[in-house]
Amino acid sequence: MKFLQQFGRYLLMLKVVFSKPDKWKFYFQKSINEIELIGINSLPIVALMSTFMGAVIALQTASSMESPLLPDYTVGFITQSSTILEFSPTIICLILAGKVGSNVASEIGTMRVTEQIDALEIMGVNSLNFLVLPKITAAVVFFPVLIIFSMALSMLGGWLALLVSDLTTTEIYILGIRAFFNPFHITYALTKTFVFGFLIVSISSFYGYHVKGGSLDVGRASTQAVVSSSIAILIANFILTQLMLLS
Amino acid sequence: MIEVKGLSKSFGGQQVLFDINHRFENGKVNLIIGQSGQGKSVLAKCIVGLYEADAGEILFDQRNFSNMDRAERSEIRQEIGMLFQGAALFDSLTVEQNVMFPLQMFTNLTKAEIQQRADFCLERVNLAGRNKLYPSECSGGMQKRVGIARAIAMNPKYLFCDEPNSGLDPKTSIVIDKLIKDITVEYNMTTVVITHDMNSVMEIGDSVLYIHQGKKWWEGDKNTIITDQNPEVEAFVYASSFMKEIRTQMQQKRSL
Repeated sequence: MKFLQQFGRYLLMLKVVFSKPDKWKFYFQKSINEIELIGINSLPIVALMSTFMGAVIALQTASSMESPLLPDYTVGFITQSSTILEFSPTIICLILAGKVGSNVASEIGTMRVTEQIDALEIMGVNSLNFLVLPKITAAVVFFPVLIIFSMALSMLGGWLALLVSDLTTTEIYILGIRAFFNPFHITYALTKTFVFGFLIVSISSFYGYHVKGGSLDVGRASTQAVVSSSIAILIANFILTQLMLLS
Repeated sequence: MIEVKGLSKSFGGQQVLFDINHRFENGKVNLIIGQSGQGKSVLAKCIVGLYEADAGEILFDQRNFSNMDRAERSEIRQEIGMLFQGAALFDSLTVEQNVMFPLQMFTNLTKAEIQQRADFCLERVNLAGRNKLYPSECSGGMQKRVGIARAIAMNPKYLFCDEPNSGLDPKTSIVIDKLIKDITVEYNMTTVVITHDMNSVMEIGDSVLYIHQGKKWWEGDKNTIITDQNPEVEAFVYASSFMKEIRTQMQQKRSL
């Protein structure tokens, strides 16, 4: 019952968020700032995670290839497919749910408890639209860029690991990367990223915006935001996979 | 002028305000006073629409705020300035940007005109030259003054101040009180100040509304409040030893 009530409030919040901005100039300016805060500032963690995860996927696959019937390029193929289908869009988005989600919830939550949101409302500003819409825009625009970057670095990490360990050659690895490549998988991955970006920022904003109390409650909202957006990502991942890959 | 008619508000089944009827006069500093937790801030937040009242009407110069939709309320709110208890300045913006914010958001003034207006407002609150400081670099009193500068930037018709002196030393409190009074007279605004500071009452209380247990308990001004016999009002006014001493001296003078 409480979940339905919360879900209803979340939908009502989205209705206000997606109204016409009071001033478009402010909306564009804020969206660009948010791209920097939410997107560009996440580049280092995405790069680090992707490179090492790609390396580990490649090494684990190589270590499991005991059957002589498997062709050598299988390592490259598995690294490519697991990176594009699952690792980059889902795992990286789960990591971003932690980083970006807690950041968004605590930023908006702090504005709530210090009455900055009330100050916006008193001025006649639609505070939800003003604060949340640029963040959602930044996430849905820049998360796909981050994920493409992650895919490239993950495959690069796999190549470097195999090369250093002398487990395959560059030519065979590239052959594997290109083998059975399905361009639709990129569409699938970017669609997932778009949806996950929206879920992370909107859910975190919801928890931040409805904080009541003080700094302890901001911390609690931040944790709830990360947990709820992670669960939402997992559920959305399942639904989108059913819809896009199996139907 | 702001008129409140039959305003009631409850939270989760607990009634906080009971049938409040009051008129806040134009060109005067109207104080809402009372002990902590009696509903002063809730009343002010209901008037400006931060809380939705359960019953009653709020009229801003005969315009019924209670019946308005979001867009109509937004227009009225552009005529309202509010100074919050903690100043509520935007931490990511400088002092100057805080003052410029409503002007950039709601006017079509040029950059130079906005800058000029921000400079004027900051000068009015004695903060000329502090434009580039961030709120975290300002003292409590300075933050309050920036809050006032931001509140008057749009030339508001109505000014609300929620405990403007909380956390300030007596000298700075007087500066803030004087500033509120001067601005009210200068711009002929309807100013509503929520306070439980008796010094403020004596400094700027043109009209005083005493709220007790969520009800309108008493109304008067700074002259009548010190002689009133209402037990709750008397207990509030003479709660401090300092005020008790003044009362004793006044009584001694009268008996002579």
